[in-house]
Amino acid sequence: MSGLRPDLAVIAEHVAPGSRVLDVGCGDGALMAALRDQRHVDARGMELDAHNVAECVARGLSVIQGDADTDLAYYPDAVFDYAILSQTLQTTRRPDKVLGELLRVGRRAFVSFPNFGHWRVRLSLLWNGRMPVTRSLPVSWYATENIHHLTVADFRALVEELGVKVEGAWFLASDGQVGAAGANWRAEHAVFLLSR
Amino acid sequence: MDGSDLQASSHLLELAEPLPLDGGQALPGVRISYETYGTLNAERSNAILICHALTGDQHVASPHPKTGKPGWWVRMVGPGKPIDTDRFHVICANVLGSCMGTTGPASPASDGQPWAMRFPVITIRDMVRGHVALLDALGIERLHAVVGGSMGGMQALSLAANWPERAGAVLVIASTARHSAQNIAFHEVGRQAIMADPKWKNGDYYGARDKGGGKGPENGLAVARMAAHITYLSEEGMHEKFGRRLQNREAKTFGFDADFQVESYLRHQGLSFTDRFDANSYLYITRAMDYFDLAEEHGGKLAQAFAGSTARFCLVSFDTDWLYPTAESRAIAHALNAAGAQVSFVELSAPFGHDSFLLDVPALDRVIAGFLGS
Repeated sequence: MSGLRPDLAVIAEHVAPGSRVLDVGCGDGALMAALRDQRHVDARGMELDAHNVAECVARGLSVIQGDADTDLAYYPDAVFDYAILSQTLQTTRRPDKVLGELLRVGRRAFVSFPNFGHWRVRLSLLWNGRMPVTRSLPVSWYATENIHHLTVADFRALVEELGVKVEGAWFLASDGQVGAAGANWRAEHAVFLLSR
Repeated sequence: MDGSDLQASSHLLELAEPLPLDGGQALPGVRISYETYGTLNAERSNAILICHALTGDQHVASPHPKTGKPGWWVRMVGPGKPIDTDRFHVICANVLGSCMGTTGPASPASDGQPWAMRFPVITIRDMVRGHVALLDALGIERLHAVVGGSMGGMQALSLAANWPERAGAVLVIASTARHSAQNIAFHEVGRQAIMADPKWKNGDYYGARDKGGGKGPENGLAVARMAAHITYLSEEGMHEKFGRRLQNREAKTFGFDADFQVESYLRHQGLSFTDRFDANSYLYITRAMDYFDLAEEHGGKLAQAFAGSTARFCLVSFDTDWLYPTAESRAIAHALNAAGAQVSFVELSAPFGHDSFLLDVPALDRVIAGFLGS
């Protein structure tokens, strides 16, 4: 799965071949195309941006222009083996409800997000007293699409509150994966595999 | 004109059997006029059926025989174009009820006289029944794709819902699964304009036409076209094209001449339309569109219409189209989703309103080429 963004590569490695997948916020379809071509996955996508959707359709992917906050409601229960939400949770209006919807339409869900608890973010806020602009959060507070920043610890608390099982977790830093211990400090991105 | 015109070939099929209609009758002696482009492969698996819109015709990429104008989708259909005639065998048939060679109200009935208003009221599904009869005659069991914009999209949806085994891919552009009250209202204005024209004569105007008495209810048909044409454009597009500019004059005339460019444009559109279209065909085809409600045909649930479909679907809408707005395409996408079908849906940004599907929208070219090619 070379060429994929690191969090997508982790997800792609762990999707069972031949499964049915919904990629929510699928962007230009890179993950879907990799899953289709390399793991024979029946992949469907949802994406807000029209240019990205056009790009996906031009790649022969089945993608619906839609909003994760509202349009998951139009999918029947448990029709997908996996629902994937990569780097999108922190942009939704109600991340808790979106997680619930993901695990309604999919039997399992992969969720990846930038970790606001990373030491660079903490340091930046502590020293400068300003909203951090870092490599994984490169856009200023007023222009970012990220309206619900969260940390690894926040996410764990939320899934516990929702009664959702964590089947797997992967933590990514600039120099590769880091262990679960200290991940809330050390991980720039986190990937979770959840199930009901 | 480019080379794509050269490979067009025109055909006429006469159906051996009467064509059963939704209204309960069977129409005898149906003729279907169609054009083909590109070569059908040995497996007969590379055919694409293009369905035309209300006032369209089979001349999708070849000059119109009456107006001499280029084919209506010549920018999309041809060698190396998004619908690539080097790869695909493209078929485009004039719809039932029209006036470009396929049987319609202007065609002779069994008594030799034009059908006129004796022609049965038809539906979109009846038009598609005609297409399916054509595919049967051509020995094409399964199309690579069926493609249509506007009323063409309704035919594509109807084919997918009623003959699901006949198409592997379904591309629906700027269309809807049912005519709204507003859609019906605009069509009714057009029909009333035609029927209020004294030259309409309850549809029996063909004799006068043959004796050089004009084309029948030209004024009514022109007004119908003018009203409809407004619905094909966006407010912004109209404002940009015409603004409040005056037509070949320095000042307003304080009269009812076409002072404004937009008036002059619409009058021209209306009049030139009467040179190429039959008023009764306009009545029958608009009626068929008004009757279209795909969910109603399938127990009131649109998802039901596509249950078990194995085709890939792609729906495209335009942000400035207020005739068949994005919500209509999205509703179809959601229904297909609920049915578990493979579906893509995208709203493209284009300034031209409903007519965007016929005009220069590069993103549409990419979507069509990608969807059909895969």
